[in-house]
Amino acid sequence: MLKRVGKYILFIYSLFRNRETLITYVRRTIDEAILIGVNSLILVAIVSTFIGAVTTVQTANNLVSPFVPAFVISTVVRDMTVLELAPTITCIVLAGKVGSNIAGSLGTMRITEQIDALEVMGINASSYLVFPKIIAAMLMFPLLVIIAGFLSIYGGYLAGTLTNMITSEDYVYGIRLDFNRYNVIFALIKSVVFAYLISSISAYQGFYTKGGALEVGIASTTAVTNSCIAVLLADYVLAQLLM
Amino acid sequence: MIEIKNISKSFEGKTILENISGVFEKGKTNLIIGASGTGKSVLLKCIVGLIPPESGTVYYDGRDFTHADRDLKTEVRREIGMLFQGVALFDSMNVQDNVKFPLDILTEVPEAEKLDRVNFCLQRVGLENINRRMPAELSGGMKKRVGIARAIVNNSQYLFCDEPNSGLDPQTSILIDDLIKEITDELNITTIVVTHDMNSVIGIGDHILFLYKGHKLWEGSNNNILETDVKELRDFVFANKVMKKLS
Repeated sequence: MLKRVGKYILFIYSLFRNRETLITYVRRTIDEAILIGVNSLILVAIVSTFIGAVTTVQTANNLVSPFVPAFVISTVVRDMTVLELAPTITCIVLAGKVGSNIAGSLGTMRITEQIDALEVMGINASSYLVFPKIIAAMLMFPLLVIIAGFLSIYGGYLAGTLTNMITSEDYVYGIRLDFNRYNVIFALIKSVVFAYLISSISAYQGFYTKGGALEVGIASTTAVTNSCIAVLLADYVLAQLLM
Repeated sequence: MIEIKNISKSFEGKTILENISGVFEKGKTNLIIGASGTGKSVLLKCIVGLIPPESGTVYYDGRDFTHADRDLKTEVRREIGMLFQGVALFDSMNVQDNVKFPLDILTEVPEAEKLDRVNFCLQRVGLENINRRMPAELSGGMKKRVGIARAIVNNSQYLFCDEPNSGLDPQTSILIDDLIKEITDELNITTIVVTHDMNSVIGIGDHILFLYKGHKLWEGSNNNILETDVKELRDFVFANKVMKKLS
């Protein structure tokens, strides 16, 4: 375990050595941002809208007391969305999509000698391939989390109003009630940390793949598993530190 | 010229290479031959620096590559072109971008000049009008030729080919061999080819180094390989029925 942590730290260090030109990284980062961010948009939109809707329905079903006003439903949905559902669940979903993609593509490049080809050309393969992925993830994840937050709350609105569980006015009132801006900042901090963890752990798994197609599959699975564990651990640590 | 001195390498206690020395001259097609598992590819990877040797030194035109600092290593590597066994073309790029890649990363020449160079190299390897095709759309022989074009696009001084004929039919194999030989002569570069194909050995082997169980057993050329007295080399050379008839 310690050996792997040490190897991971050396891997991260290698990203900053023997770098290519800035324009190379800018181009690569834009490409990766499209792959990581834009291509994940539909998945994030679907997941977050339904999570918001389900949260509203379940909260409404559990708040049946006549002493609890209806706007509490949307207040609960808002706080759950901003604090946990948008940043954490979205990032766990992205760990599955983006993490497996990063590990799979790097693993395939490793076993088909494409990474060796870069090294032979005198290019720092880890820096050239991985650094833009990490930067792109750290830029795109917060944007995806913001979109997920909006859509989750909107999904809740649709589910609540269309089924007459809550009126439109109550929902909006609950959303605005005692709004704490820091929660949004906290969610964005979490998304940046999660982005770093998911992209770097997945890249590490893919970059050191050995063997053939079977090992690429194993690397992808390990990348997703380790990323999810890291996200949940980081979620707890950040909650302790920043809340 | 590339010189290797006493290269040794082992993996998990098992010796793969032991004290291999040799000189690979400029303008010659140098072959490293031997049966599967004798350490040919490991030796090639030690020479290009993909695997660090346990002991020994590799010199590129007198420059100590093995113990060089990062800057010198990068400088030498930028003079290297390599054709990998699986070609290692970048799947996400078309043929043109694959061949242009070393120019994009390693040089600052204008785009038009880069494209001219790419087209020249593709033409040189006998491929035209395939610039927009993806690697997955190419045959094995075409991929190898694109790989060669990429290896020479940056005016490489050293060309390495790892099993350039693997997976190819005999006619395409000869075509690839001839191409490697012609390019070596034309560009006056140092070429090292790892192979176990006897057609390549006889056809293009200006200088041949025979490995057997991690040791260098014989060194010579295609002119004298058929007259060798080394039993292991004779077994290797005449394993093929056609070659056996020649013996």
